[in-house]
Formats: sequence, C-alpha cells, structure tokens
Amino acid sequence: MLLLMQYTLIFASVLVLVALGGCFSEHSGVINIGLEGIMVIGALGGALMMKYIPEGMAAPLVILLVILASVLLGMLFSLLLGVAAIRFKADQTLVGTALNLLGPAAAVVLVRAINTAESVDNVSSTVAYGAAKRSFIVNIGKFEFNWFMLVALLVLIASYIVLYKTRFGLRLCACGEHPQAADSVGINVYKMRYAGVLISGALGGLGGLVYITAGVSEWKFENGVAGFGFLALAVMIFGQWRPVNIGLAAILFGLFRALSNVYTGFDALVALKLPSTIYNMLPYMISLAVLVFVSGKSRAPKAEGIPYDKGAR
Amino acid sequence: MRHDSDKKEHFLRNDGVQTILASLLCIVLGLLVGYIVLLIINPGGAGEAILAIMKNFLYYPSAVAAKKYFGTTLVKASALLMCSLSVLFAYKVGLFNIGAAGQYVVGVGACLYLALAGGMPWYVCLIAAILVAALVGGLSGALKAYFNVNEVISCIMLNWIGLYCVNMLLSQVKEQSTPYTKSLSSTNKSALLPNLGLDKLFSDNEFVTLGLLLSVVMAVAVWVVLEKTKFGYELKATGLNKQAAKYCGMREKRNMILTMMISGGLAGFGAGIFYLTGIEQWMVQQTSVPAMGFNGIAAAFLGGLHPIGTVFSSYFIQHITSGGTYVDKTMYCTQISDLISAFIIYLCGFVLFFKLWLNRFLDKREEKRDREEQKGGEA
Repeated sequence: MLLLMQYTLIFASVLVLVALGGCFSEHSGVINIGLEGIMVIGALGGALMMKYIPEGMAAPLVILLVILASVLLGMLFSLLLGVAAIRFKADQTLVGTALNLLGPAAAVVLVRAINTAESVDNVSSTVAYGAAKRSFIVNIGKFEFNWFMLVALLVLIASYIVLYKTRFGLRLCACGEHPQAADSVGINVYKMRYAGVLISGALGGLGGLVYITAGVSEWKFENGVAGFGFLALAVMIFGQWRPVNIGLAAILFGLFRALSNVYTGFDALVALKLPSTIYNMLPYMISLAVLVFVSGKSRAPKAEGIPYDKGAR
Repeated sequence: MRHDSDKKEHFLRNDGVQTILASLLCIVLGLLVGYIVLLIINPGGAGEAILAIMKNFLYYPSAVAAKKYFGTTLVKASALLMCSLSVLFAYKVGLFNIGAAGQYVVGVGACLYLALAGGMPWYVCLIAAILVAALVGGLSGALKAYFNVNEVISCIMLNWIGLYCVNMLLSQVKEQSTPYTKSLSSTNKSALLPNLGLDKLFSDNEFVTLGLLLSVVMAVAVWVVLEKTKFGYELKATGLNKQAAKYCGMREKRNMILTMMISGGLAGFGAGIFYLTGIEQWMVQQTSVPAMGFNGIAAAFLGGLHPIGTVFSSYFIQHITSGGTYVDKTMYCTQISDLISAFIIYLCGFVLFFKLWLNRFLDKREEKRDREEQKGGEA
C-alpha cells in the first residue's frame, strides 16, 4: 500500500509539472503538443548532469544543479516551438509533433555518441546515474520520500497564485482568450506568448527529469518518455486548464500509472490473473474514457492554436 | 502603368514551383543540420557519414547488390507512402492524424494474425488490415465528432493501446525461442503478396511485390478522390469550416468519421503491403510504435501535401532512413537519419512563411521595376 502511494505521488508529480507547463502555454495561446519531446530533452539534461556531477557533493547542491540543467535545456528546446509558432506563425500542431520526434532522436544520437566515445563497443543509449539520484530521496520509515514531490506541490501552489493573483498571469490568460483586446490595452502579446512557452519548457523539462528518476537509476533514451507528455495533456484537459483541478486529475492518473508498477503486491489484483499488459494499457484507456466525458464542454482558452497577427481583424 | 494581365507571371509566383522550392530548401537545410551534428560528434568521419546516408544502396560497389537493396528501399518506401497518404488525407480535411502509427500497428496485428494463425491468403489478410485500421481511425474520428475529443490526443492514446494489444495478440504466433513472429514463408506461403515478376527487375529481391504498384495506384486514387470528386470536395469543405458545411446540408459528423476511417485504412494498407511481403517479422516485445507512422508526417509535409509529391518525398525520407544504417557505427549511430527527418518536419512548419516572404519579395521587385518604367516614360 505504501509502495502504491509512493509511486502514485511520484507519477502524479510528473503529470502535475508537465500539465501545468501545458497549462501556461495554452493560456498564453500556444498549443504545446511537443511536451513529450521537451520532457525527453529535460530528462537528458538532468541525466547528463547527474552522470558528470562529482561524487560527494552536498545533496542540496546536487538537486539544484540537476534541476537547473533540465529546466534550462527544456526552455531552450521549447524556444524552437516558440520561435516557429510566434515569430513565424507556423502550424503549432505540426511544429509540436516535430519537437516530439526531434527530442528523442537528438537524445539518442547524443547519448550514443557519448557512450561510444567512452568505449567503442558501447552502442547503448542508456545513461546511468545511480549515485547522484540518491540525493533526491529521503527514507521516512519504509516510504521513500522524493524531494520532487515537494517541488511539484510548490509549483502547483505557485502556478495558482501566478495565474490568478498576479498581473502577469491575468495578462497571460488575456492573450490566450482575446489577443487583440489584450494588445489594444498595451500588452505585448508576442512577449506574453514567449513567456508562456518558456514556462512550459521549464516545467516540461523538470517533469521529464522527475519521470526518469521515478523508481529507476538508469534510463534508456530510446524509450523516450512513453507518451507521458500526452497523458499530461489529457490531465490538463481533464483539469479544465485550472491548476487545482489539474492537481487532482494528476493524482487520479498517477494512481492508474502506479498500478502497473505495483499491482503484483495486491492479492486481489493478482487473483484476477490479468496479463501485465492490461495494466500498462490502463492509463491510456482511462484517459481516453475521461476525455470523452470532459471534452464536450471544454473551457480551453479561446484563441489557442491561432497565431497572433497584429494586422488581422 | 499597371501590369497587364497578358504579361506572363513570374514563374516563381506559381504555387507548385514555390512548394517544390520550399521542400528542396527543407531537405538541404535538414541535411546541413545533420552534417553539423555529425561534425560535432566526430569531425573526422562526418563527410563520409553524410555521404553514406545520401548514397544508401549505392554504398554497394556491385550493381547487382545495389539493385537488390534499391528494391528493399522501395518496398519500405511504399509502406511509408501509405502512411504519409494517411496523414495527408486527414490533414486535407483539417484533422491531424498522428495516429497513423497506431493504425499501422493494428494493421500489422490483423494481417499477421490472420496469416499465421488463420492460414488465410494474402488478399484476405490485406483487407483485414485495412478494415481494422479503418475502425481504429474511425474511432478517433467519432470521438472528435460526437465528444469533441482532440484527435491528436485520442490518436496518441490509441497508438499505445493498439501497440499493447497487438503485442499480446501476436505473442500467440511468435516463434518459441525468439520474440519475433513466425516467418510467413515457412508458415503460410499463400499469405505472401505475389511478385508478378517484379522481383526479377531487382536482382531477384523476393520482397518486391504487387504492393509496390498498389501503393502508387493508391497515391493517384487519393489525388482523384480529393481533387476530382464531389465526395472529396465535401470532405475538404467540412475541414475548412464545419459550421458552413453543416449549413450547406453536408453531414459534417459523418464526413469527419469517414475521413478518419479512410485515413486509418490507408495506414493499415501500408502495414499489409509491408508485412505481407515477409520482409520483416514483428517483435512482440516492442516498447514503442514503429517510426513509419511518424515519418509519414514528414513525408506528407515534405511532399507539399500533394499525393503525387508524397510519392517522391516518401522515397526520399526512406532513402535517408535506410542510408542511416550505412554510417560508420564506431563513430555514429543510425538514428542520425531520424534526427534529420525530424528536423525536416520542423522546417516544414516554416513553408507558409517562406511563401509569404517570397511573394512579398517578388511584389517589391515588381513595384520597383514599375516605378523605373514610369520614370523612363516621363523623361
């Protein structure tokens, strides 16, 4: 039971972070389908930082550096979307999809290059980071507390405050609802949209890092992040683009994802004799079902997906 | 004096020319980026590696071997062509079918299971692949039409669900000692697509079959349906403006579902003509959907979203993907081709802007010329 809770919380943290990233981007008016790719790049940044960090460094410093690496790389990668979608008015779905392909491909090429440079026979795309990963974990009894759970909670609270209680957040939302109106009162729509995309890059990158440190101590980059970026988008839609609801939705989805890891620990579930594949499929099936119920009356930002053109009327 | 209409338009104004130019530019830039990445990884062999990618089967010195591998590349390209037609068809109707990969996978599942467990002949397997994939595609369409579910997200979810289901299904027809499905040639020869003598053209490459011809026929068929029929016109109208189409008496929900069914069917067809050649066996422990569906997106956009254009772009994408296997593996990895094609998709996002910019540039030049002409007249 404790194990289930632990996995639920860590997967929910991933989903919360990435979904909030998507939330910021969409509130500014840019659809970020590329979260999956951003996660991979963020994870890559974090994993490489953990690999090269000297042993024996103080834990808080390790955490800070690793987070910084994944956040910065995630932001940098999201700029590819930002520039194309905002400056060049590209089709956001197309560019987002390109990011999803570009992220894993770039990560595999880079990791393999590093591995091959270390030893010619090593053609795997795996990065191991067992030593550094221990800094993130505090054992409370049998419960493995991961600092990222706290980070996710803080980000959730911060997002709520930023989006609803600050001038910046309200302006950001205005740009996603009615950019022309926002522009007419002197808000720089382009700047706001860049801000939205960059925040989504930062949170997406961080989410990727949390995902690869959940439970394992090495990551094979050929696997990408197994559709988690899209699950996060489903969480965001389920949460109706509102931070608090997103938090609750993430816990629900996290629970189903966690089941596939720990279902063998429950006698009742083992007795059902379902193949493990069913549990692997569960989060995707649930999200499909959930989408059917909530998509009808969608509260999506009105102007999302439409490139802002000053001259258009 | 304004331009007279009889004056011939600058050939750069032609939309087709602009599209081709844009695609060529994407290719050049994509390869350039690939080259730079290779340079960063290891400057020593970068030139050789990028040449290997571009040369692909020409890597073999003997003409016979080269011809044989040319055939193999063509077979793979034909499956890719179907996936890109699938993406293209949906996109023309305003839907982004990122699920081509998943529909392809269920197509594989259907045709291989019927061939290996059911002992069915190839045409039954092929039709089954098309139908099952069309159903999965149609599901996304129905979810979008009736429940307003974003088709991109539902497609991705179905990709994963499809992959797990197919892995489960095909585990029943896998070989004892390996994670691969049994081979068609040893289990059920009647499920292999007929060669029609095409294999002779490619140094007895037995994988070159009827499928190759069918895929090109399909490309033409898609073009005819979209551009020359009332049905295609209705679909496109629905994509442009759902409400307007409804107002005109079109059944917009039905059109949306039909579009996704056709789109899915095309992907399933691709799966059939690829796996029923026996060229590859399915690995039942696969943890991600095959790249074919995603490369289809690249090919569709690189081909300027024109069915005939995709014939060439699919070949190109497959050419460099296959070429990636010939790079020196002590320095680089084969995924460098994936990186290049992913970057090409990214660049395709800029095509619209490129055309806008080109037109503006031409406008400016014409304006300047007009002004000079006027001056000359006054003097």
